[in-house]
Amino acid sequence: MAIEKITMPKLGESVTEGTVSNWLVKTGDFVNKYDPIAEVMTDKVNAEVPSSYAGTIQEIVAVEGEAISVGELMCYIETNQTEQKSVQQSHESFTTATTKNASDNSMKTRYSPAVSKLAQENNIDLQQVKGSGRGGRITRKDIETVIANGGIATLATDKPKETNNKPSMTSSVDYKPTMWIPPNYEGIKTNEGDKEISITGIRKTIAQNMVRSMTEIPHAWMMIEVDVTNLVRYRNSQKDAFKQNEGYNLSYFAFFLNAVAKALKQFPQLNSSWAGDKIIQRKEINLSIAVAHDQELFVPVLKNVDEKSIKGIAKEIHSLANKARTGSLSQKDMEGGTFTVNNTGSFGSVQSMGVINYPQAAILQVESIVKRPVIINDMFAARDMVNLCLSLDHRVLDGVICGQFMSHIKEILENISIDTTPIY
Amino acid sequence: MAVISYIQAITMALREEMERDEKVFVLGEDVGVRGGVFRATDGLYNQFGELRVMDTPLAESAIAGVGIGAAMYGMRPVAEMQFADFIMPAVNQIISEAAKIRYRSNNDWSCPITIRAPYGGGVHGALYHSQSIEAIFANQPGLKIVMPSTPYDVKGLLKAAIRDDDPVLFLEHKRAYRAIKGEVPDEDYTLPIGKADCKREGTDITVITYGLCVHFALQAAEKLAKDGISVHILDLRTVYPLDKEAIVEAAAKTGKVLLITEDNKEGSIIGEVAAIISEHCLFDLDAPIKRLAGPDVPSMPYAPTMEKEFMMNPDKVEKAMRELAEF
Repeated sequence: MAIEKITMPKLGESVTEGTVSNWLVKTGDFVNKYDPIAEVMTDKVNAEVPSSYAGTIQEIVAVEGEAISVGELMCYIETNQTEQKSVQQSHESFTTATTKNASDNSMKTRYSPAVSKLAQENNIDLQQVKGSGRGGRITRKDIETVIANGGIATLATDKPKETNNKPSMTSSVDYKPTMWIPPNYEGIKTNEGDKEISITGIRKTIAQNMVRSMTEIPHAWMMIEVDVTNLVRYRNSQKDAFKQNEGYNLSYFAFFLNAVAKALKQFPQLNSSWAGDKIIQRKEINLSIAVAHDQELFVPVLKNVDEKSIKGIAKEIHSLANKARTGSLSQKDMEGGTFTVNNTGSFGSVQSMGVINYPQAAILQVESIVKRPVIINDMFAARDMVNLCLSLDHRVLDGVICGQFMSHIKEILENISIDTTPIY
Repeated sequence: MAVISYIQAITMALREEMERDEKVFVLGEDVGVRGGVFRATDGLYNQFGELRVMDTPLAESAIAGVGIGAAMYGMRPVAEMQFADFIMPAVNQIISEAAKIRYRSNNDWSCPITIRAPYGGGVHGALYHSQSIEAIFANQPGLKIVMPSTPYDVKGLLKAAIRDDDPVLFLEHKRAYRAIKGEVPDEDYTLPIGKADCKREGTDITVITYGLCVHFALQAAEKLAKDGISVHILDLRTVYPLDKEAIVEAAAKTGKVLLITEDNKEGSIIGEVAAIISEHCLFDLDAPIKRLAGPDVPSMPYAPTMEKEFMMNPDKVEKAMRELAEF
């Protein structure tokens, strides 16, 4: 026994629907195959619909006088055979192969023109966007969603790729603080003669990062004064020979980075990130340095500074600065930073308050080295002095630990000599 | 507002125009006493008489030629080709004469003729009763080709075609005649020739098509909506000249474009649509422009299985739409 459907047959070339004018059977009637069961009226013909099966009429569905489409159900019939297939059931529903291979990422880095354009205009790092298209392809809609959610910045987003396998690292990515809602700028009017500069590219990213850092991180500041007379003397004695041998400058900055790396080794608390429910202390000491070029600010990274000599550091500063000037810094050059050192002294500043390079925990500003009279053993002396200014994430760090960190740097710098700090 | 069929909308438009303007007359094979083989001119002979509803010999070249002459003389003829397939003997009249008269005479003469013809397959018509012929005429400046999809568009566009001062080829899908129904206002209205119409708003993929395929796309879109895929559908309505602005806007909206025609793929209308999109929308595109069309074989076969293979249907459209959405 099986219940079969009898549907409206196609009764003519352009006929798409028919009206049952008269049912010739009623529920419970037994019909043989090809017996007429109903009279049907169409635009073109009046015809009798034959039964496709032998069996008992179970339920009449189509109402007399009502038009139904070709292929729609007319009635149910209970047949004796179980194997019989309805010839009229040609309307199999269509199924698509929607099974997506979740692990297939073959299209992850194939970008459509629309995706490339949107990513460029909004400064989005496509490496960090999850694709919902076939083969993990990033669709235009994926990018539009990212933009609608405030975007992912290319610069200064410290999510080192090489450490992705460490579970603790990914948590910093997952940490989503409340979004900052941009203020209303309607009151700021342009006066006659004013110049309007549209905010694009790198300027937009800088603005976003700075706002994010300042709104999210409770900043605290401190400054110490360091006597670097020894350093100046030492560096001056070496710089000409160094330039001649190596072809680039032996900068003070290399010594400062060296000192910071040593101090971070001692105080890893400063080499960390706030990640919502935990603090992540970084193993690697990767120092971000700020390099300005024209209207742009880049923050390339020197990796594993604690493992490098003064010469190694100087060489890398030279190479990164060159890349910044020629606009050839790659994404790889910019990522993975764990702490930032900013050479504000290079433009004459003697005191400044840095904005932390999100999501790091602190930033150190190295100010100008200036000759000043200081009192040593109750006597005036002309010494080379420098101010070091530290901005710290007060969620992660407190004054005591930072004070110790700064004292340690001071100690290293004030004791620099050819014996303690060889260049090679 | 009454719900009427596609073909009833044609009859309605013809009747209203003939009542409005006595210069409007109908000519064609069996359009008079018989009321047309599809009944498009049903009742017009009785209402307007044999001088305004003229049965002609089986000579399409003459139907077009007589119509063109009458149009140049100031009449508003509506010539019917019984099947679009039969238009071939009239091609010379339409392309070399009707389309070029205004240009050739330096604007002294014009040719306000409307030529109606049922096209398309899916009705078991085989070779001589199933063809899509729009591409043959679609690079003839001076000629307009209108291919409506709904009864509402039929009435508004047929009236606009009759009132147009230049020749209009008005192509009606014969399977839509009785399959497609819709609301049509009783009052007089026209719709602009050369303007496409958005039939459904969506954000994931854009489908651009015309004629019966619009309905296949709408049905498929309904199914896709249940899976959260939002489909934007643009009905070209006029396939020559194309509404470039609307095409560019619709393509740019989602960046994923599916073009559908029942015609053979190579050299079809949608190839031109694809060219317009690639000229103007490169940086909005998120996927290759996809074409869904009939196979490049000479004609619609007679055998039902083969006809089904050739013919566009909602399943083919749905499959193509899903593929594009997943890209």
